[in-house]
Amino acid sequence: MAEQLIVVAKRDCPTCTLIEPVYAELAAGPTPLAVYSQDDPGFPGNIRGVVDDTGLETSYRFDIEFVPTLIRLKDGEEVGRAVGWTRGEWRQLAGLERLGDGLPEAQAGCGARNVEPGMRERLMVRFGDVAIRARRIELGDYDDPLESCFERGWTDGLPVVPPTGERIVRMLSGTRRKADEVVGLIPPNRVPCTVEKVAINAVMAGCRPEYMPVVLAVVEAVLISEFAMHGLLCTTYFSGPTVIVNGPIARSIGMNSGVNALGQGNRANATIGRALQLLIRNVGGGVPGGIDRATLGNPGKYTFCFAEDESDPEWTPLSLARGFAPGASTVTLFHGDGVQAFCDQKSRTPEELTRSLAMSLNVVGHYKLAQCCNAILVLSPEHYAIFRDAGWDRARIEEELHAATTRPGRELAQGAHGVGEGMSPEHADRMLPKFWRDHGLLIVRAGGRAGLFSAIIGGWAGGRNRDVVQPVTKEVET
Amino acid sequence: MSEGYALRDPTAELGSTKRQRLAPPESLDGRVVALLDIGKERSDEFLDSIEAMLGSRGLRVRRYSKPSPTTLSADYASSAIAAECDVVIEGLAD
Repeated sequence: MAEQLIVVAKRDCPTCTLIEPVYAELAAGPTPLAVYSQDDPGFPGNIRGVVDDTGLETSYRFDIEFVPTLIRLKDGEEVGRAVGWTRGEWRQLAGLERLGDGLPEAQAGCGARNVEPGMRERLMVRFGDVAIRARRIELGDYDDPLESCFERGWTDGLPVVPPTGERIVRMLSGTRRKADEVVGLIPPNRVPCTVEKVAINAVMAGCRPEYMPVVLAVVEAVLISEFAMHGLLCTTYFSGPTVIVNGPIARSIGMNSGVNALGQGNRANATIGRALQLLIRNVGGGVPGGIDRATLGNPGKYTFCFAEDESDPEWTPLSLARGFAPGASTVTLFHGDGVQAFCDQKSRTPEELTRSLAMSLNVVGHYKLAQCCNAILVLSPEHYAIFRDAGWDRARIEEELHAATTRPGRELAQGAHGVGEGMSPEHADRMLPKFWRDHGLLIVRAGGRAGLFSAIIGGWAGGRNRDVVQPVTKEVET
Repeated sequence: MSEGYALRDPTAELGSTKRQRLAPPESLDGRVVALLDIGKERSDEFLDSIEAMLGSRGLRVRRYSKPSPTTLSADYASSAIAAECDVVIEGLAD
């Protein structure tokens, strides 16, 4: 096959219009020429047979980044390319001694339409370079995509981002893992779940592609046997998965560990936890009123995810405390209820504050229950400063809180204080720690600089089964 | 230009795969009855009384359990029950 020249241009580009005489000179030359117009098949108007590429297929196939671009083909293979206008390059590539006389020596081009934001993914889907396996659901011209998602039962009660092919492709660009890789069996239906299904639900939750490694780690974490996701889902108790993110990825994706860390307003915090809940619902089949039998539930079952404040070098972050290396990014999954406020604006010594915290920690689940509901203590900066200034590190705080929350079994016995709830009378002569020593109380740092307020996140009553219900931590693959 | 209004299915795409339950037997005579303790507090006491009641009717009873309500019976007992028994009574609480 003979050689061929291809030009890709658009009317909206000043350089493309500047060099309009060049297209005619190329067309009059010895090498066959095809000119593709990205935005107006009537441009350039000085030659015949301009090819309409407003659909951008040729631009996409040739991976055009800027216009004008001149490409030389030999036997269908590209042998040379000039980007923007540089007279010498174009003359050499076209094999012409004279070309573009009277034009500037060189002028930069413009960005091509096929690489505008979001366009690449759209074109990948349109031209079949990405095989999305999920069932395609066509909507009618008058269907509202958001309403269609509600009607199909895909939402948590709030609107979701409609999962279109291009959005899914964009989400998949956030991970190096293959779309068809099976992440695990999602409860309650124990359905094999692919990376692609995770991406689809992450789209719906409102995630950005760079959150994908965290979302995948979260999904893998809840599938660890000790997390007992199936039981957590179908319990009548309040709890749902609570996610704590540690390490560099929390900062790189802009997670909030400061002001209002447990509240609204941060996209990563809000959508990562939501992606998990949507995945459980949509892939696993875990629907409230179905297998989710929570008596009351809690608002955190929409989403409950935050990052730990690791800005103080004296503090041992949760990930390190749980055995991961410095610099590792991790997710820790906990069976969390809502936020229980801890308000103490008077204690000034670590001993006072410990006793005060113990009072509030002891009511997690029920004042008279011990070794039942686990908890997270979210220490705010001002409360933490009382410990830090006295030289107490994580280990010391944990040790002192454990001691302060250990109480006589007789005080907690069923019927004691005229209250039926409580511990079995067989423990009456023992001292009973409120929390399992190894994993019953997780301490993390978060919150705004002002406020002598910390938070207690109570945990699932399933935590009484020490060996089969535990918080879990998983490293994020970046 | 785009896919149009085409969405991709976020679900397991299983459709409706509800299985029909087996019809309960007309009589328990000659059947082996499984009693599954799901690990709820004091469910063993409840199942003890059920076992005694079934035993007084001359039925054969086999006991199974899983460590806690939070775990799956599929991991602990379901296969054995299906292989060894004809009917199952599950000690579900709440």
